[in-house]
Amino acid sequence: MSEKESLFSEKNIKLFTDPFNNGNPITVLVLGICSALAVTVKLQPAIVMGLSVTIVTGFASFIISLLRNTIPNRIRIIVQLVVVAALVILVDQILKAYVYDVSKQLSVFVGLIITNCIIMGRIEAFALGNKPLPSLIDGLGNGAAYGMILVIVAFCRELLGSGTLFGIRIVPESFYVKAGGFYENNGMMVLPPAALIILGVIIWVHRSVNKKLIEK
Amino acid sequence: MENLIGIFVQSIFINNMIFAYFLGMCSFLAVSKKVSTALGLGAAVVFVLLITVPVNYLINKYLLQAGALSWLGEQYNDVDLGFLSFIIFIAVIAWIVQVVEMIVEKFTPTLYNQLGIFLPLIAVNCAVLGASLFMQEREYSTVAEATVFGFGSGIGWLLGIVGIAAIREKMAYSKVPPALKGLGITFIVTGLMAIAFMSFSGIEIKID
Repeated sequence: MSEKESLFSEKNIKLFTDPFNNGNPITVLVLGICSALAVTVKLQPAIVMGLSVTIVTGFASFIISLLRNTIPNRIRIIVQLVVVAALVILVDQILKAYVYDVSKQLSVFVGLIITNCIIMGRIEAFALGNKPLPSLIDGLGNGAAYGMILVIVAFCRELLGSGTLFGIRIVPESFYVKAGGFYENNGMMVLPPAALIILGVIIWVHRSVNKKLIEK
Repeated sequence: MENLIGIFVQSIFINNMIFAYFLGMCSFLAVSKKVSTALGLGAAVVFVLLITVPVNYLINKYLLQAGALSWLGEQYNDVDLGFLSFIIFIAVIAWIVQVVEMIVEKFTPTLYNQLGIFLPLIAVNCAVLGASLFMQEREYSTVAEATVFGFGSGIGWLLGIVGIAAIREKMAYSKVPPALKGLGITFIVTGLMAIAFMSFSGIEIKID
């Protein structure tokens, strides 16, 4: 079997797609909510955050998986934290260098990727017992599924809260009450509680569709 | 002194770790099924925050900031180790959590048994690292301010987790749609609690 075929084998594809539905890190496993919901007021930072987490999760799983036979069990948490922290520092420096505005908006939340439970969760649950390549795929899949939820939340909040997407106006100015129209932005959408409520609704929809996931 | 009280009240109610920044949500959701365990975890977080924030403040001020190393001599005035702060902060937190765990185990075994697995988990609680990073970003001017900020953030987190645990205990008797049970309804209730907490700030809406 050539390298290419094994990369896209059925098992690897399942590893990548499973996090989007049955094993979704946010709506099913409840991981990684901590550091991210505050960045979902606008789409652009949400996408940058999603990408950063995807990259860090993928590579952290990959590196830990390479080292998995040499790390003594007792000190593994601190080794994992150091690897993740080093990757996050790299991401932070890159963001500061190329997209400084977004990096300012994300403020402390880039640093908080370190304690994002998805990364530690995937390392503990998957990378410590699997080969590097599947670990990389598993990490990327989980990061991407996490990014997807962020983008959905950010889409709702930006559209309803500011009437824009990516900063481009979607709801025309003339619709607004102050311009003689009928429309008003939903001010609650730009405030923190809205993110939690939207996420609650996403979970509700997801579990209504996928009945297996309903909690007893 | 007034300044310190201001920081204390602000960090509990207005900049609440859970309701304004969503920090520490993982343990907040996982450990909020019973009031007693929530209280134990909350107390551990307050304790760890009370120690880590001032320690990280001193490290930031005398080792990491731009020009922080000038006490070593003139030639170090331009050194900026700021990029190392993430890794140093998390190492300090992991270390302090370990020390706290040993001390608690040695002197109060009952408390240690109650806290159980929560104590080591605090090392990866976002609220703890978050408080250190906010402390760095907001540039508090004295170590007292940083300590009060850490303590206040901890109390705010404790308040939040005990509140949600009490609500979840009562919610066992209410009729929730099956698909919304458990996680979904907890998120929505947390959102409603966050709205309640916002009334402390006299709602500020900023639309650019």
